[in-house]
Amino acid sequence: MASQKLLLKHADVKGIETYDVYRKHEGYNSVEKAFKKMSPEEVLEEVKTSGLRGRGGAGFPTGLKWSFLAKPEGVSRYLVCNADESEPGTFKDRYLMEFLPHLLIEGLIVSSYALGANTCYIYIRGEYAWIVDILEKAIEEAKANGFLGKNILDSGFDLEIYVQRGAGAYICGEETALLESLEGNRGNPRIKPPFPAVKGVWDCPTVVNNVETLAAVVPIINHGGAEYAKIGVGRSTGTKLISACGNINKPGVYEIEMTESVEDFIFSDEFCGGIPKGKRLKACIPGGSSVPILPANLLLNTAAGETRIMNYESLNEGGFETGTMMGSGGFIVFDEDQCIVKHTMTLARFYNHESCGQCSPCREGTGWLYKVLKKIEAGHGEIKDIDLLWDIQRKIDGNTICPLGEAAAWPVAAAIRHFRDEFEWHVTHAEEAKTRNFGIAQYADALV
Amino acid sequence: MFTDNLKTEIKALTTKYPEGKQKSALLPALHLVQEQGNNSLSVEQMDVVAELLSIEPIEVYEVASFYTMFNLKPVGKYVLEVCQTGPCMVQGSDDIIDHIKKKLDIEAGETSADGLFTLKPVECLGACGYAPMMQMGKFYKEHLTPEKIDKILNECRNNAS
Ligand SMILES: Cc1cc2nc3c(=O)[nH]c(=O)nc-3n(C[C@H](O)[C@H](O)[C@H](O)COP(=O)(O)O)c2cc1C
Ligand code: FES
Repeated sequence: MASQKLLLKHADVKGIETYDVYRKHEGYNSVEKAFKKMSPEEVLEEVKTSGLRGRGGAGFPTGLKWSFLAKPEGVSRYLVCNADESEPGTFKDRYLMEFLPHLLIEGLIVSSYALGANTCYIYIRGEYAWIVDILEKAIEEAKANGFLGKNILDSGFDLEIYVQRGAGAYICGEETALLESLEGNRGNPRIKPPFPAVKGVWDCPTVVNNVETLAAVVPIINHGGAEYAKIGVGRSTGTKLISACGNINKPGVYEIEMTESVEDFIFSDEFCGGIPKGKRLKACIPGGSSVPILPANLLLNTAAGETRIMNYESLNEGGFETGTMMGSGGFIVFDEDQCIVKHTMTLARFYNHESCGQCSPCREGTGWLYKVLKKIEAGHGEIKDIDLLWDIQRKIDGNTICPLGEAAAWPVAAAIRHFRDEFEWHVTHAEEAKTRNFGIAQYADALV
Repeated sequence: MFTDNLKTEIKALTTKYPEGKQKSALLPALHLVQEQGNNSLSVEQMDVVAELLSIEPIEVYEVASFYTMFNLKPVGKYVLEVCQTGPCMVQGSDDIIDHIKKKLDIEAGETSADGLFTLKPVECLGACGYAPMMQMGKFYKEHLTPEKIDKILNECRNNAS
């Protein structure tokens, strides 16, 4: 059975990026419902009931986050939409904003109403320059039709939405770095607490949520939180966007119900459509580059032999030893020809480039990870370098202001944990490694 | 460079923020200056931005140098920002980068002799499913092949001549 679609239901409708067409397809119904029939508190209750968890990577319950927002008398509150989307493998927010801009604007209006925020900023990564135009056009249209501006639908509630462009810094996806950047500073993360809900942008109470999270508020209000919570399993409620890439036949953005098995997701025609040229599956990073890579066997089934499902709990089954994470939903597939050492090196280069430089363990550690991996990849490594990598990643993990340190450490740890023999082969067969990848034969029994 | 129009545009940016928080307009202002100018930012330009936003020049330099999209050294008319991160690498971004290097006889970070092209390898641009890819100006060029690169280079040359 095809998955139920809540966010991408009308994605294929021609002209859905325009106000008129969008409005004809249930567009802005949630704003009418919320503003005319519900109090802000009731909107918040629905979001709590829905079980919606943040889609930016951490999976924190959205309703709970909203309930932490401080409401001191006479102080402005802000909603900031995190559209920085820079986690390698992730391109779902781009899809939403490019093709369904009004869905995001609608979600922002209802969410701002619930939070009592009269100003909302969409902080978008600077490279998505053309999407800024798309969003600004949607904002203008919504305003022209009375859904933004002063006294929206005669409710007495005012709202302005502004788009703010970043300028190329992965770290600005981290919420406090984002707020620094929004204030016109370098993107150095802040020490928490205080959390943004108490002291956010310009020291005012601020909620930061991902694009997909805020878009999901629309179906939650339209159908009710309880209906939304019926989709999915356990604490993974609703639908989730997955951006799939790497060695698959049908890369793209898919909306899943979080009940599909990983195997189905990779091999069925409804989703990734299998691996090109009949090659075998070697490994996968299912939730964006920061989450642990898994070899094929542990990806499709947990260590306990259960079928792995595409949701928060199942992907996490086995913890760091044998599991991984849902993360941002950036699903990267590797076939048998891919070299894990080289891949890990490019990720180390990425994190080294993106470290803001504030904390020594991250600034120096990511540099060391990259250098040592480059050395092994180039065929000059020694066995003790692999232990050195392990040691460096352990010294970064947990010792930094923001989680970029962990994001850099975990991929290296997981690669060594699951593919140590490949790293060793690179050291012991340095000449061969220059022209040939370790391949897959060594994993034959682990493969599908 | 700083026409009255541009100055007004930069001033107008500050209305998106509360009174006294005009520093928030810094990134958008630097984008404007870079895009309307030569794809890069000079110290003189940054000093004018500082003045327009009533902040110290050092506050502009430290921000401009933090963000990779701001070019603090002169670059070509077209900057080819080729993504080299994992998912693009899996789809052959190394070959694309090599092809550009050979075609233009430049290394990463360099500008071609005719001053038209700069090759700037970058990290993931959120187009991993449409790899290999690069950014050129405001837009993305996706599903790149060496032939497609040749075509793009020729189009740019034609536009420039
Ligand atoms: C290094 C780093 C990068 C991040 N990048 C993003 C991002 O690009 N987009 C995003 O929504 N969240 C990102 N996050 C998570 C945010 O800090 C924050 O948790 C999220 O925006 C909260 O929204 P949510 O609860 O709706 O997921 C990042 C976190 C870290 C540590
Ligand atoms: S890895 Fe190249 S766009 Fe994401």
